[in-house]
Amino acid sequence: MGSATTNTTSSSTADTTGDAAGTGGVLLEVTGLRKHFPIKRGIIFQKQVGLVKAVDGLNFTVRRGETFGLVGESGCGKSTTGRLLTRLLRPTDGQIVLNGQDISYLPQRQVRPIRRDMQMIFQDPFSSLNPRHTVGSIVGAPFRLQRVETEGGIKRAVQELLELVGLNPEHYNRYPHEFSGGQAQRIGIARALALRPKLMVCDEPVSALDVSIRAQIINLLQDLQEEFDLTYVFIAHDLSVVRHISDRVAVMYLGHIVELGEARQIYQHPLHPYTHALLSAIPISDPDVDQARERILLTGDVPSPLNPPSGCPFRTRCWKAQDICRTERPPLAEKATGHQVACHFPEDRALIPASDR
Amino acid sequence: MTSLLEVEDLRVRFSTEDGVVRAVDGVSFEVDRGQTLGIVGESGSGKSVTSLAIMGLLRGRFTVEGSVTLGGDELVRADPDFVRELRGNRMAMIFQDPLSSLHPYYTVGNQIIEAYRLHTGATKRVARKRAVDLLGRVGIPQPEGRIDDYPHQFSGGMRQRVMIAMALACDPELLIADEPTTALDVTVQAQILNLIADLQEEFGTAVILITHDLGVVAGVADEALVMYAGRPVEHGTLRQVFYEPRHPYTWGLLSSVTRLDREPEHRLRPISGNPPSLIDVPSGCPFHPRCPYRMLPEPCSTEVPEYAPVNGGHLVACHLSEQERTETFARDILPRVQSSVRKGG
Repeated sequence: MGSATTNTTSSSTADTTGDAAGTGGVLLEVTGLRKHFPIKRGIIFQKQVGLVKAVDGLNFTVRRGETFGLVGESGCGKSTTGRLLTRLLRPTDGQIVLNGQDISYLPQRQVRPIRRDMQMIFQDPFSSLNPRHTVGSIVGAPFRLQRVETEGGIKRAVQELLELVGLNPEHYNRYPHEFSGGQAQRIGIARALALRPKLMVCDEPVSALDVSIRAQIINLLQDLQEEFDLTYVFIAHDLSVVRHISDRVAVMYLGHIVELGEARQIYQHPLHPYTHALLSAIPISDPDVDQARERILLTGDVPSPLNPPSGCPFRTRCWKAQDICRTERPPLAEKATGHQVACHFPEDRALIPASDR
Repeated sequence: MTSLLEVEDLRVRFSTEDGVVRAVDGVSFEVDRGQTLGIVGESGSGKSVTSLAIMGLLRGRFTVEGSVTLGGDELVRADPDFVRELRGNRMAMIFQDPLSSLHPYYTVGNQIIEAYRLHTGATKRVARKRAVDLLGRVGIPQPEGRIDDYPHQFSGGMRQRVMIAMALACDPELLIADEPTTALDVTVQAQILNLIADLQEEFGTAVILITHDLGVVAGVADEALVMYAGRPVEHGTLRQVFYEPRHPYTWGLLSSVTRLDREPEHRLRPISGNPPSLIDVPSGCPFHPRCPYRMLPEPCSTEVPEYAPVNGGHLVACHLSEQERTETFARDILPRVQSSVRKGG
């Protein structure tokens, strides 16, 4: 398994907004990444009774300036992956190379300087902001922690950041509870942006927000990307949001990547049955289109990662499963240029909603 | 002909330290047997409070005014004991988070049996048989084996099925589903929405589906009601609201969502600003500070627009004239919201 880690094909730059051109190349390279959480029982003499394979062998690269979408349902390991990339968690196995430096097993003390280059935005804007600190102190914290000198002092830098993310700089002394959800998320973005990182891992940054606010934040993230040449790893369960913002997308299921490719490929010509099911399950806000299309109803739930199925992780819910799916896990293999899929029987039809109407 | 549920000029307010919150401010609608009404709105739009008021679950510091009748019985001014009789019996509700609405200390069987016996006076054995039957009906595999399990032993989707089974125990005439799928994964959401639609067909239940997701409404509702700042702003059939929307807020909602059936545009078109505080609702039309088509200073910031029919049963609360609305929609909005897979697009 674990084929094709290098995706150096310079395929269709049409939707990469052209800003990857400057430096180009790979910013982040992930090889064989695993995170297993032991389940322990007992108080003093702890005994390991199980192993949750939250992330089980990921291979992908993220290019400079692109947005790499990571989608999947709850429990698929997408958030764990995000936390591994930013080294909030230590991998069990595998390698994470950021900007040419192997950061996989660095001790926390050595990770801290690297956080200047990689930051994270979280789902719940309120629980990720300390309620007892003012906005100024929250957004200014990266400067103090990293001992970064700023021209004109930290306060001025913070106020510039607030303005950059569309907040009133005079709100410097306010507390998080005085802001709405959308504004609080902007504070989180300002904090992540403070040290001008190269990589931003956005973990469900808009799922907790109202529909009308969601679009504001997505636009803001896109503007900032263009202005500061940011690279995003965008983690979300909402496939339509991911399609909008991503250049390339990886679909995860039970700790594995089951499909990876250009956004266009994934959404117009998905190969994995799971991707088909996911896309067909998303409601479309047009009654005729929504009601006319074929909907693949998966039976049952995602299996427990404590006791994953043998062979292909999706086989228990897959309508195409055969014997080989039970015995052999399909490797992630390239089926078209830049389009990889892990399936013994990939689909070869175009996506349902876009066809035959 | 009167409908099963009639809500007229419903108003809910409560006091806080900062002032009086007008959570619902003049909502009227009807739902008939076998019909699904989708109520759409953002957080703070009053959609959940509306449903709690219908269920008679607002007491104490809440003041509820207006009228709610279920099958001719008035609920707002009724005796709380009378409403309690109806709740779980003729009307039932399912909530967003099934884990916090199920009691962790009792088995799911216990909870279904208790509700059923309370309302029907059935024996334990009959009630248990009914519970097994219901759990099977909502798609829980091997219901006899799972009836004695506790809520934490079920997955999110399965818990929501348990909630639905419990809600349906007494064959309610009205089912209110408040964001029933928001906490679930999309593939499970599809299962649950399908289940609700099937059960509705089977039992002829009237359903109110409350959601922030226009796509969910498009998939399952017959009519849609759009709420903003505690007020109804637009109400019509699914076709009217999705294909001929007349309120700028509905336009904003429809054009700000990312859609799978359209080529992604480079930029989304959000509604500017933030939803208002319900303590300090903007004067005139509550949407005017965020509305790109407002007429200032008058009448949008001074006068509350009338909630009036534009054609047939299509109701809109907006100061723009019908001609302005039709033209603006055709010119600015339609190109942004039309599905690229529709014919003649």
